Amino acid sequence: MVGDPGPYLLLAAVLFVIGAFGVISRRGAITILMSIELMLNSANLALIAVSRFLPGDGGAGVPDGQVIGFLVLAIAAAEVAVGLAIVIAMFRLRESVDVDLARLLRW
Amino acid sequence: MSLVAGVVLGAISIQWVAFLVLAVVAIAAALVVVLHRSPVVGAMGLVTNFLCIAGIYVLLNAYFFAALQVIIYAGAVVVLITFVIMLLNLQPEAKGGPGVVPVALAALLGLALIAVVGRPLLEYAAPEAGPPAPDFGTVAQVGEALFTVYFYPFLAVSLALLSAMVGAVLLAKRRLED
Amino acid sequence: MDLFDVVATIVKVALVVGILISTVPVLTWVERRGSAFIQLRLGPNRVGPLGLLQPLADGIKFLFKEDVIPPHVYKLFYVAAPAVSFIAAVLAFAVIPFGSAFVVDGRTVPLVILDVDVGVLFLLAASGMGVFGIILAGWSSNNKYSMLGGLRSSAQMISYELSLGLAIVSVLIYAGTLRPVEIVQQQIGGTWNVFPLFIGFLILLVSAFAETNRLPFDLPEAETELVAGYHTEYSSMKFSMFFMAEYINMITGSALVTTLFLGGYALPFQRLVFEGWLGLEGNLLAVLELLSFTAKVGFFLWLFVWVRWTLPRFRFDQLMRLGWKVLIPLALVHVVWASLLVMWGVPA
Repeated sequence: MVGDPGPYLLLAAVLFVIGAFGVISRRGAITILMSIELMLNSANLALIAVSRFLPGDGGAGVPDGQVIGFLVLAIAAAEVAVGLAIVIAMFRLRESVDVDLARLLRW
Repeated sequence: MSLVAGVVLGAISIQWVAFLVLAVVAIAAALVVVLHRSPVVGAMGLVTNFLCIAGIYVLLNAYFFAALQVIIYAGAVVVLITFVIMLLNLQPEAKGGPGVVPVALAALLGLALIAVVGRPLLEYAAPEAGPPAPDFGTVAQVGEALFTVYFYPFLAVSLALLSAMVGAVLLAKRRLED
Repeated sequence: MDLFDVVATIVKVALVVGILISTVPVLTWVERRGSAFIQLRLGPNRVGPLGLLQPLADGIKFLFKEDVIPPHVYKLFYVAAPAVSFIAAVLAFAVIPFGSAFVVDGRTVPLVILDVDVGVLFLLAASGMGVFGIILAGWSSNNKYSMLGGLRSSAQMISYELSLGLAIVSVLIYAGTLRPVEIVQQQIGGTWNVFPLFIGFLILLVSAFAETNRLPFDLPEAETELVAGYHTEYSSMKFSMFFMAEYINMITGSALVTTLFLGGYALPFQRLVFEGWLGLEGNLLAVLELLSFTAKVGFFLWLFVWVRWTLPRFRFDQLMRLGWKVLIPLALVHVVWASLLVMWGVPA
């Protein structure tokens, strides 16, 4: 019986790091969006894992982690939708989703 | 084999085994997402990752949230991503990218972060939490908290979703009619 | 959770999967003979009496056909796609109660495989996974007809998932629970949900037709359109798995409609006639309820076949317009209607 949130939080940390690595090292905009989703997912996992082991009434577990996770879920879905719309608009302009091409505002 | 023997002898519980299997597959799938050159293969890796995380939620008794994870993340978000990949007919990424040094540095920093975060997590012996509350993870409990304590954030997120829908439709239109 | 429960669950799973898979040949026979009746011709009548062995002959043909994997496909997803479709279709049936309960040796065996608090959500999640089978098939075939067919089919499926979900939500608001067993028991105690929630019943039926890619929504796999849509490059066993997945989706859709709206395994006027006047109870009542469930699901399956051979098919833009601009607003209004009913205290 996994009695504390430790292993779950470690898994969440590993997934978060993998997601961050993906954002840094990949060029395709869609892969970057997928890595961002990995990071948001790992945050959700951490929230649920901790809330499962907090003392609640009648035993262990409070619903707050799940509620906040639900809100994070909704925001992540909204962000993916808008991000993909931006990617489509960018593709129409440049025929490519390479983010290195979207650097007009850099010095 | 020793894992099987351990489970049979009751030393390692089936929950630990399930968690380890799901965690390993989730990490492998996440690595596929960030390392494979083809975006569609990455999207399928993402689905696998989300399904494994949903399994871990079931292990954590959060059944409602596991169902939500599969329906929203695996069943809608990844379908949307795959759609866009297929519509734009994206080819596997060409070689190149930021170069070896930044990528290696990122990997090293990542490993360092895992080590720094992981050591206290594995060393800390948390007090035994005891059996889960009988209505933990049920729809009723989550729903009640959502509509009473967290009502204003719920309204705010609904508005955010609405604006995201309108914004996405507007951004993806062919031409802005004046 | 002791040995008896484990054995009971294994038996139930084996029975359900077995019956689902073996209903598919029966459905193909019904389809071919039924379509023949509707089109004033005979249909298969040479293989066995009334052509009843025709599905067996078809099955043997599928088994012995050469299993070709074209060289230009992406092998991993090409082989995985029919499996994903099939598994998602069968998995969705796990939460459907097909009878009340049998009493064996003093132990009660409920006739549902998975009775969780979030039953209906599990069904939605499993059928949502079915879209991936089609997407993978379309993409991995490396063929523009397959890709377009896969895109169209999955776009149609996710569009109608919305009206499907909203119709289901109206029932959930009315019933106040997500467990299919409780929804059925409420309908036994009161009226079947189809009467107060009739519009939702129609929306769910239309959405089920679109979800299973059946006429009038079968543009993605019509013979006169994109060759064969997403399963152009498939042959023999893998094609038959897609085929089976489609028919099992039909069965699950019919089972969902009967559970949510027509009282599931309830007998008509159950409390009044069967339990009151006739005084039936126990295992005999459970068997009658099982037969009632089968009859209702069979009626909807016949409805699927009937509609297919009667109506012309929608064009893709008409299909999408119907889904987004007609069904979703109607379903939203229906959700408000269900909420008003709850506010007025109709579900006693």
